[in-house]
Formats: sequence, structure tokens, C-alpha cells
Amino acid sequence: MPAEPTAHGAHAARPDENPAAESAGRVPQRLAQAALKDLPWEVGVAKPDPAIVVDKVTRSFGGLTAVSVDHLEVQRGGITGLIGPNGAGKTTLFNLLTGFDQPNTGTWSFDGRDLGKLSPHQVARLGVVRTFQLTKALSRLTVLQNMLLGAQNQRGESFLRALVPGGWRSQERENTERAMDLLRRFKLDAKKDDFAGILSGGQRKLLEMARALMSDPKVVMLDEPMAGVNPALTQSLLGHVKDLREEGMTVIFVEHDMDVVRDISDWVVVMAAGKIIAEGPPESISQNKAVVDAYLGAHHDAPLTVEEEDRVLAEVDASLGREDGRSSGRPGTDEISSDGSTR
Amino acid sequence: MSDLIDAFQVAGKAFFGFQAIFFALLAIGINVHFGYTGLLNFGQIAFAMLGGFGIAISVSQWGLNFWVGVLVGIAAAVVLALLLGLPTLRLRADYLAIVTIATAEGLRLLFRSVSATPVTGGTRGLSAFNTDFIALAPWDTARRYNILGTSWSGGELWVALVGWLVVTAFSLLVWQLMRSPWGRVVKAIREDEDAVRALGKNVYSYKMQALVLGGVIGSFGGMVYAIGTGSAIPDQYQNANTFLAYAALILGGAARVLGPVIGSMLLLFILQFADTGLRALISNGVIPDTLLSSTDVAQIRFVLVGIGLMLLLVFRPQGIFGDRREVMLDAR
Repeated sequence: MPAEPTAHGAHAARPDENPAAESAGRVPQRLAQAALKDLPWEVGVAKPDPAIVVDKVTRSFGGLTAVSVDHLEVQRGGITGLIGPNGAGKTTLFNLLTGFDQPNTGTWSFDGRDLGKLSPHQVARLGVVRTFQLTKALSRLTVLQNMLLGAQNQRGESFLRALVPGGWRSQERENTERAMDLLRRFKLDAKKDDFAGILSGGQRKLLEMARALMSDPKVVMLDEPMAGVNPALTQSLLGHVKDLREEGMTVIFVEHDMDVVRDISDWVVVMAAGKIIAEGPPESISQNKAVVDAYLGAHHDAPLTVEEEDRVLAEVDASLGREDGRSSGRPGTDEISSDGSTR
Repeated sequence: MSDLIDAFQVAGKAFFGFQAIFFALLAIGINVHFGYTGLLNFGQIAFAMLGGFGIAISVSQWGLNFWVGVLVGIAAAVVLALLLGLPTLRLRADYLAIVTIATAEGLRLLFRSVSATPVTGGTRGLSAFNTDFIALAPWDTARRYNILGTSWSGGELWVALVGWLVVTAFSLLVWQLMRSPWGRVVKAIREDEDAVRALGKNVYSYKMQALVLGGVIGSFGGMVYAIGTGSAIPDQYQNANTFLAYAALILGGAARVLGPVIGSMLLLFILQFADTGLRALISNGVIPDTLLSSTDVAQIRFVLVGIGLMLLLVFRPQGIFGDRREVMLDAR
């Protein structure tokens, strides 16, 4: 785990660099952490100041229920980590919350505003912006154009007004300045005129996050922001995510790396098979039995007793015998596979 | 040698003639659809047909003013774009392609059908609707003019002049739009719709605007063609023209303002040059009759254009004006 030592290194180094900003910026983070401190570690617990509230949301694809969330509240101004094994429904939940997918049942709201039936761009205009698991850099646009696209309420984006450059030039200049500030923060300013398609995977992740910030969001939803990113860049991405919280934004992110989750989240939500199986501060999660079961299987640490082993073997023998009797004269792979699938 | 110069002159006329304008306008529209927005419109000719017949029906059947006919053509193109876009633009790009190709063929068959004959003139089409327009020419349209060794009638010159002005106007419009934030959104949609949605842009609306704009530009192509030939016949609007316009666009360079214009001029020039040149070579006996007879020339010239396009895609995939770096990004 090469990320671990550098994590502390980067973390420890920051107050020395800029102690004033650090102490000033820390306030919202502490607020969120303090607010969540005394909450019980149980699923569906009410938060003191929820930004997003999800109620009885289900989404099934054919016979598979991908998401079935009874109740979930996300604390404003905090970093909420969403974890769970593959196929747990994390990305589907993201898609539902941002309007990219519609649920079968349920309601969810942001700041008390019902988000059901809103299309993705309407959700984004309310200030809930997301990134994607597979990075969506707009390849044949330059880095700066990618950034400018994120700005909201642009006059020049209406067809008729676009024809009169005088109407949008000044706004474009302001947006460009803001974009350059963000690019400098994400160390992409030298690349501003390059096509986004030639950036490396990690730089694309940075660009996607910076582009999302151009829209001045209230809630940032990051789908696996660290996937496929080298440890050094992970640290810089982590720093940026923490900065978001210090600017008062609410962050929800999906992540598989438990070190990352422990490092930055104020609250962790664990999903498995579409349901939320645990909630709590990061330190509570690794002790939670339901979580360990979900990740490693319920019986991973219970050794088989001799009797159990005998019983399992007998069952296997019996089923093999049955197969032999039924399909006599056709031994081989066919049998093994059908045996395997019946058990 | 003099044959070659002749061929060059005849081809030079094609370079500036109304057919080049026709393809240029089709291709500018396709450029807005495919080059900038990423919409696959394989039925651009349907918009052109509505443009041409908009004028033809309004003037010869309904007895309306020529300019009202132009408005009717534009309105018909807008309606067609909305009808095509409403069901398909929320779906993947493939569906628009399927629907447009079917519509282009279906509309042509409808216009030439017996039951439509009272309105569209059926297979014989309509004529005598461009006299008002030709009469506007500031010079005598009855006599012929010699320009650089090619002979133009006054009417042809007038159509070409106005046609190129229309091409210039639409090129300027596209240039201004594509350097504005509107163009940025549209180009971003070409790259990845979902990313643009997540940034709060109404992708559906932008795609619809682009479809309507490109369709209207295409309808002007049909108008120029109808006025240039002096007649509107449904079978002139074969969907092969859509693909020739695509060829012109790729030749010139997609997502470039001048790409479709120069591409169309060159395409027409090459087709005409190959045609006249081959005929001259055959009649001189340079190419023996047993190898190629002059009746085959019309087909052979398209083969030559095809070979030329293949060579272009191998050695210069970005077209004449395209940016090679931009094209190469797609290859990964």
C-alpha cells in the first residue's frame, strides 16, 4: 500500500504551508464532523442538516433489483463516501439521483426540492453536478473549452444571442478568467490549448472535476474519482476533494480504496445488493459485521467442521450419482457443468 | 492538348456552376449536423426536395409570389426537421440515421406517385416557376456571356451569383455560430452527450436546433437546384446526392467552415473533368474503344472519384482543411 505513507505526509505538510487558510478553511469540515459525531450508527438515521433526502427508491432491471434504498440522508457540507462491492448499485443510485435514470418507485429531494421527474440538465442547474466512472473528457475540444462549457447561464448559448458577439464577449472573458484560476489550481493551465483527448487518464479525471466546479455546484457527486489514477495523483485529487468541503460544498463519492475512504470521509454509507447495509463514521465501518460479510461472504472465517465437510461431500456424491443415472453414456464436461449449476 | 484545355474549361464551369452550389449547401447543412453536432443525417436530400418543391408548388400550382415560395420551402424544411427529430433525438444516433434515410426515399416516392400528381406533377414534375427570379437579373438574360473561355447564359450567371451569395451568407452564419458558446455546446454534444447533460445543458433542444438549421440550409440547396434547372422533378432528388454531399464534406474537411464549400467545388470539378477528359481521349483514340466506350464514361468517372476519396482517406484523412491532430484523436 504505497498510498498510505504519502497520505500522512501530504496531510501533515499542508498546515505548515498555509496555516491561516487551513484553520479558516477547516471550520465547515469540523461543523459537519461535529454534527455527525453523536448520531447512532444505524441505517437511515436522520441527519441534523440533510442536503439530499432519499425515500423508498427502487430501481429494477427485469428481475434484478439494482437499487432498493429505504431512507438515506446526506449531511450538508460533509464528505459522504459511498462504498460497496461490485454490483452493489452505487452507480445506479448516482444515476437515479442525477436524473440519468428514473426509478420504479420512490422520491428524493435536494434542499427540500423534489428531484423526481427532472431531467439530468435540470438537476445540474439546481447545483447537483456529477462526474462519471468512465471519464468523459470531450476529446476534440481544448482543455479551456471543456472548462468554459461548465459555466452556467451563458448568454451566448442561446442560438439568436450567439449571433451577436457583443452580447456575450464580456461574460466569456469573466468565465475564461475563472476557468484559468481553476486550471491553475488543478495544475492544468499549461495544457489549456491542448485537445482534451491527448491528456493522460489522471489529467482527465482532474479536468472532469475542474469542469464540474465551473458550474458553482452545491453538491458534487464523484463516481470513482481515483479509479486508475497513480498514488501521487490520488493525493492531489484527495486534496482537491477536501478543498471542496472547505468551500462549503457537499461531496458524495463512490470509491473502492478503503484507505482513501477512511482518509477523507465524514460519513460512510455501505451498499450491497442494492440495499444500504450500514452507515456511520469511517472508523465504525471496518468493525461492522454486515459490511465484512458483504465484502468477504458470510462464512469466510468459519472453518468447516468434520461433520459439515462429510455432509457436503455426501451431497456432492449424491448429486453426481443422480446425474450419472439420468444421462447414462454421456459423461464428461456436460455433467460437471450441470452439476455445478444445480448446487 | 486543346482537348485537355477544353476539358479544363468545361470543368471550370462546373466548379462555379449551380450544381456546385447545390452540393455546397447540402454539405454545409450536413456539416452542421454531422461535422459539428454529430447527428447522422442520411436524408439531407429530403430537405432539398422540400425546398425546391416549396417554390415550384407555390408558384406554378398555387400562383403565389416567388418569395412566398421561398418561405414555404423554409417552413416545410423546419417542419420536416421537427418531425424527424421529435421521436429520434432522445435516442442513440443510429435511429436518426435510419429515419432520415427512409424519409428521403419515402418522400421522393410520395412526390412522384400518381395520387400526388395534381400537386407535384408526378414523375414529370413542375416547371416555369423561376421566370420572376430570372427577371431580377441586372443584365440581359437572353444572351450568352463568355467568361474565361466558358459560355454562360445570363440566367445561369444570375443563379450562380445569387447562389454563391447564399453560400457565403450561410458560411458566415456557421462560422459565427461555431465560435460562439452555442457552437461549443454543440461540439461538446458531438463528443459526449451525457457529459454535456451533467453540466446543465438541454442536449435535446440543442440537437433539435442543429437539425433544423442544417435542414434549412439544405432546403436552400434544393431551391438553387430547382431554379438552376428550371424544373422540379422528384427523381432529381435521389438520395445518392446526400452521399455525394458527404463525399464533398469529407473531401473538404468536416467541422471546418470552408470544408463543404471547397469540397463541393472540387468534387464537381473532378467529376466534370474526368467526364470530358475521358470522352476526349476516347474520341482521339488514345483510349481504345475495346477498353472503354464513351457510354461507360458516366459510370467510370464515379469510380475515379471513389479511388480518389480512398487515397484521400489514406494519406489525408482530415480532408483539405481538417486538422490532422483532431482526426487522429478518434483513432484511439
